[in-house]
Amino acid sequence: MLLKLVPENTAVDFVSMRLGAFIGSAIAVVAAIAAFFILGLNFGIDFRGGVTIVARDADPVAIEDVRAAVSDLGFGSPTVQEFGDPQTVKVAIAEQDAEDGAEADDQEAVQQAAAVAIQEALRATLGEDVEFESVEVVGPTVSGELVRAGATAVVIAVAMMLLYIWFRFEWRFSVGAITALVHDVVLTLGVFAVFQIEFGLSIIAAILTIVGYSMNDTVVVFDRIRENLRKYKTKSLGDVVNLSINQTLARTFMTSVTTLLALVPLYLFGGEVLRGFTFAMIWGVIVGTYSSVFVAAPVLIAADPRGAFEPRKPEPAEAGAPA
Amino acid sequence: MLQFTPLQRIAIAATIVLGILFAVPNFTPRESWDALPAVVPKTRVTLGLDLQGGSYILLRADTETVLSDRLNNTAGDIRAELRGRNGGDRLNFSDLTIGEDAISLRLESEADAEAAVERLGRLFRPQIAAVSASVREAVVSREGAVVTVTQTPEYRAQTADAAVSASIEAIRNRIDALGTREPTIVRQGIDRIVVEAPGDEDPEGLKEILSRAGRLTFHEHDRTVPIDQALAGRVPPGSKVFEADEAAEPFILLRETPLITGDMVKSASSGLNTDGGGFQINFAFDSVGARRFARYTRENIGRRFAIVLDDQVISAPTIQSAITGGSGRITGNFSPAEAERIAVLIQSGALPAPLQVINQRTIGPGLGADSIRAGTISLVVGFVAVIIFMPLCYGRFGLYADAALIANVMLLAGALSLLGATLTLPGIAGIVLTVGMAVDANVLIFERIREELREGRGAVQAVETGYQKAFSAILDANITTFISAFIMFFLGAGPVRGFAVTLAIGVITSVFTAYVLTRVFAGGFVLKARPKALAL
Repeated sequence: MLLKLVPENTAVDFVSMRLGAFIGSAIAVVAAIAAFFILGLNFGIDFRGGVTIVARDADPVAIEDVRAAVSDLGFGSPTVQEFGDPQTVKVAIAEQDAEDGAEADDQEAVQQAAAVAIQEALRATLGEDVEFESVEVVGPTVSGELVRAGATAVVIAVAMMLLYIWFRFEWRFSVGAITALVHDVVLTLGVFAVFQIEFGLSIIAAILTIVGYSMNDTVVVFDRIRENLRKYKTKSLGDVVNLSINQTLARTFMTSVTTLLALVPLYLFGGEVLRGFTFAMIWGVIVGTYSSVFVAAPVLIAADPRGAFEPRKPEPAEAGAPA
Repeated sequence: MLQFTPLQRIAIAATIVLGILFAVPNFTPRESWDALPAVVPKTRVTLGLDLQGGSYILLRADTETVLSDRLNNTAGDIRAELRGRNGGDRLNFSDLTIGEDAISLRLESEADAEAAVERLGRLFRPQIAAVSASVREAVVSREGAVVTVTQTPEYRAQTADAAVSASIEAIRNRIDALGTREPTIVRQGIDRIVVEAPGDEDPEGLKEILSRAGRLTFHEHDRTVPIDQALAGRVPPGSKVFEADEAAEPFILLRETPLITGDMVKSASSGLNTDGGGFQINFAFDSVGARRFARYTRENIGRRFAIVLDDQVISAPTIQSAITGGSGRITGNFSPAEAERIAVLIQSGALPAPLQVINQRTIGPGLGADSIRAGTISLVVGFVAVIIFMPLCYGRFGLYADAALIANVMLLAGALSLLGATLTLPGIAGIVLTVGMAVDANVLIFERIREELREGRGAVQAVETGYQKAFSAILDANITTFISAFIMFFLGAGPVRGFAVTLAIGVITSVFTAYVLTRVFAGGFVLKARPKALAL
């Protein structure tokens, strides 16, 4: 007896749920945008610049002592937190401003000097045998470039997906797909703003992967809708969409399950470095699965792709063939 | 389409065997594997710095400084020419201003200006004989009595490029002299240099070695004015107050023009101070330097001179006797590491362009080892979970998917080795993700077969149609993922790029294994067994 996570021949009426789903999604998107602008993202060193140092001691680290010692250096208020285990501490400071009128080079040198000062302070507080597990120094030149590159990459990715869907399907399909995509990206940014999870370059990589994954799910549903539109010319659009979602439901669900089967161990055992990245991925898989069923398809109904198929009526021989 | 010709079967099998062959070196001890004959592939996946520990340092060469130095020299040439030092009449000028890439000056009349344009034009004509002068250094133009000398863009580009190349050479010498383990030094873009040094090298020392100018000069001591008066502002022309790293004498007044410069030093090394404690730096001059140094010390016994590194006095000894051997030593309170560093700086010569560290990422070997362990555990757990899950859902077909998944990981590892790719922690995450997503194609196919079976088709036809109809969705789904990976690669700072590479290769290998390999198994099964009903 085989395990069937989704029963055979489901006939859930997704289309009539679309108003509810729309309201739910709209609220979530508005909340995410609000969180993005009110709370802001907790940018990591890649985008914000500055210094991040992870130090490991033999004994549990007294976080408050470290905070006091680093605060005394006068680099503004440092972030000091446990990193993975009590023996390990992560210290981060924001990008330091050079004195007024300083040149760009001095601005870079100031970050370097700050990194050295913090390492000395940590040695003084935790003892000479403290090990520096990671030292990252990002100056203003590089952080500025990474911000631009990150934003550009996400925009280009979304644009290329739009073009691809347009090319493979038809523009009304790309409206639905892109709405789902933007929905996923916005909700991911929102969850990072709400929980103030560090947002670094690897999160951009995760978002790009989510873009690909969400598209992947949407495309499978759309592919079936297109096939059924040709096959059942007399059915209403709503019925065709419903039928297509139900037919692909098992696949949509199963793929999410196998992807999560691989991702959850990575979240649990992958260590502190990958945690934010894996979190983003898991969230993206869940949101992406939801959006391909509840966002992309309903938007497609609103855009009504029927017209695109009408002029090609005389093709009964091709009805059952693959698209 | 369920039938495969024998040739096709061989090709498929050969691909997988090749993948395994290229993947295997990564899982075997290096020594015993390297001893095998040369036909066996030996390239391995390189571990990224985040896995093996090490420092990534991004430097920017300040080519603007080099160009403005050149422009200052050019201004000197112009002055010399117009004052008639190279022969020719003296032309009076005023208001000489040095801008970003041009020098302008006002002559007394338009006729003078015209003459100046003519003479300066000759001065900056490209010299065919000279090796590096293939481009014209500057163009001369006139507006009324004002003459402007502008560096040509080609000259600026060539000069900047040469300065960066020479800087790379200099830091390569320095790193080699330190004996750091296999560092890679790569130029990035116009003025950037990436240095990656694996292992637990002290990153602060490495940064200092990389970014110090290393300009060594010997200066004459200026005794005409006491130091406190000089500090109060009464510095004689041609002299300058230098800082010294010494509590007893923090400042010292020296003649600004050096007696001898670092390029006249032939070799330098560190060693134990032969009298007194600490370490010292031994150096030897070339013949020009040795002659100059011998004459100077002979004529100035009892006086002082100073050895200056990057405008900081490191030693200011009194000359006891004439030093004619062409070698000398710098003593001071140096630690062994410090003495070694200074010796390397002197030996390798000054950096042609100042270098600035703009990005540093250092990972300790401990964290790297933790990451490898964490990555491996998650990979194995995720892999096993998917391997168990597939047969639970799809029975016999799930096993086919499992076989494809194993082949996929082998092909992925083989491709990464073949490309000599660098495996980073996000790269491992990419493999994990590939494992989760690779079975997607099989899920698509198997679900489609189930549908066909429900519609009452026979086993063979259901399998055949399932594969056929699922193809378009599989292709679309993988192309979208590939597009993301492609963009990520170009966004790519190191670790993210590693993720993009594994994801992109994983997409390609997974389409092959999930669509082609499972079809060989599934097709073989239904065609041979001709089951009445499929357990799916």
